[in-house]
Amino acid sequence: MRDLATGWRKKLYGITALGWTGANEQWRHYTRGYLYLAALATPLVLSVHSVVSWDFAMAIVPGWHATLFAPYFVAGAIYSGVGLVITLLVPIRRLFHLEEIITVDHFENLAKLCLLTGSIVSFSYVTENFVAWFSGNASERAAFWYRAFGPYWWASWTMYICNGLLPWLLWSKKVRTNITALFVISIFVNIGMWFERYVIIVVSLAGEPFEPWANAVYNPTWADWGIMAGSFGWFFMWFLLFVKNFPAVSISEVKEVLPPPKRVAARAGARHA
Amino acid sequence: MTKHFHVPLPKPLHDIFRPPPTPGVLGVFAHLDATLEAIKKLRAAGHTDFTVYSPIPRHEIEDALGQPVSPVRMFTLIGGIAGCAIGAWLTLWMSYDWPIAVGGKPIGSVPPYVVIMFEMTVLFGALSTILGILFNAAFAARRLGTIQYDPRFTNDRFGVFVPAASDKAARLEALLREAGAEEVRRG
Repeated sequence: MRDLATGWRKKLYGITALGWTGANEQWRHYTRGYLYLAALATPLVLSVHSVVSWDFAMAIVPGWHATLFAPYFVAGAIYSGVGLVITLLVPIRRLFHLEEIITVDHFENLAKLCLLTGSIVSFSYVTENFVAWFSGNASERAAFWYRAFGPYWWASWTMYICNGLLPWLLWSKKVRTNITALFVISIFVNIGMWFERYVIIVVSLAGEPFEPWANAVYNPTWADWGIMAGSFGWFFMWFLLFVKNFPAVSISEVKEVLPPPKRVAARAGARHA
Repeated sequence: MTKHFHVPLPKPLHDIFRPPPTPGVLGVFAHLDATLEAIKKLRAAGHTDFTVYSPIPRHEIEDALGQPVSPVRMFTLIGGIAGCAIGAWLTLWMSYDWPIAVGGKPIGSVPPYVVIMFEMTVLFGALSTILGILFNAAFAARRLGTIQYDPRFTNDRFGVFVPAASDKAARLEALLREAGAEEVRRG
């Protein structure tokens, strides 16, 4: 990219390439480092979401205090992550004409991952409600009753329908290979996962049976909406700047999966032609 | 009329950052197997200090070169161990520096600190891995910056550069051409 670019982009790519020449000495260190970063990042996926969920689960607030939270949050994170990836990938693929690089097969695999993690999340909902009832704990029971039939019933049912029911459409291969259908489902996945956080955080605190003085209904103010709009804007600004100026798909990694050019194959091809 | 004398001033920074180019021969290859053949021939002829450019990492090239494993792994290991130790030191030191006894529990209670130790291991391990790549690859680039390069090497061509004095260049040119180079340059 640096070697083909012109103008200010050449300068930008020149600085960000840090003197890369593709020499064997550089690939040797790069590929090793790549391996170790992957090895370090993989357990991090599990640990980050487990720790975040324990922040909730360590509190005695009904609706938060559950040992289920770690796997529930890890699955939810992968589920919402895959949902957002599909939402972003569909327009990028269309706008940048990447149809031959990001194929329907890739989308189908994303959809399968979405179905798997969505099922784990749905199972967590069932378990959560079952345990609240089965524990016989009055506060737990009250919290989950409040969740489903209190003033926030709409948020809870949006979450249950978007995360629990809609992914079941992905059992059908026709839906999994239909990009438009996937795009629509992925948007509902995002909405559902956003409401999951809303339900867990706001609703568990609002109808607090432990703390009668905190028993109030929360309504977002203009400042709350502003922070949310700002956070979306902050994300999309950097994201769009990135996909506009840098390759959205790693070029050298796409080249890596192609068959390498070989003289022998080239000769054989020439003979046939 | 005054006569101007040109006195060359010493430029230490210029000498470090813009060293004179290394003389040698550069071969440009279109095919992977031709590149491998060139590597084998060069190694058979006793060359060890040549550079292979490629747009992608290939295990065949690595195997043909027979290089030692990258020292980046030592960066990761030392960073990870340091992170783990810092995580343990941070939590234990803070607990004992300001002890708060709760319910007869030990002040320095290790099981919850394992989380911090793990996170610090990953943080320090990852950061030192990135530093390791940067140090090693950037210094390699610095060292290689004085030799010939072709923009096609990040696109679709392989390259082999052999540093050599001009009297040995002719033999190397023949060797690279014989291996299948589509272009050979002297520099």
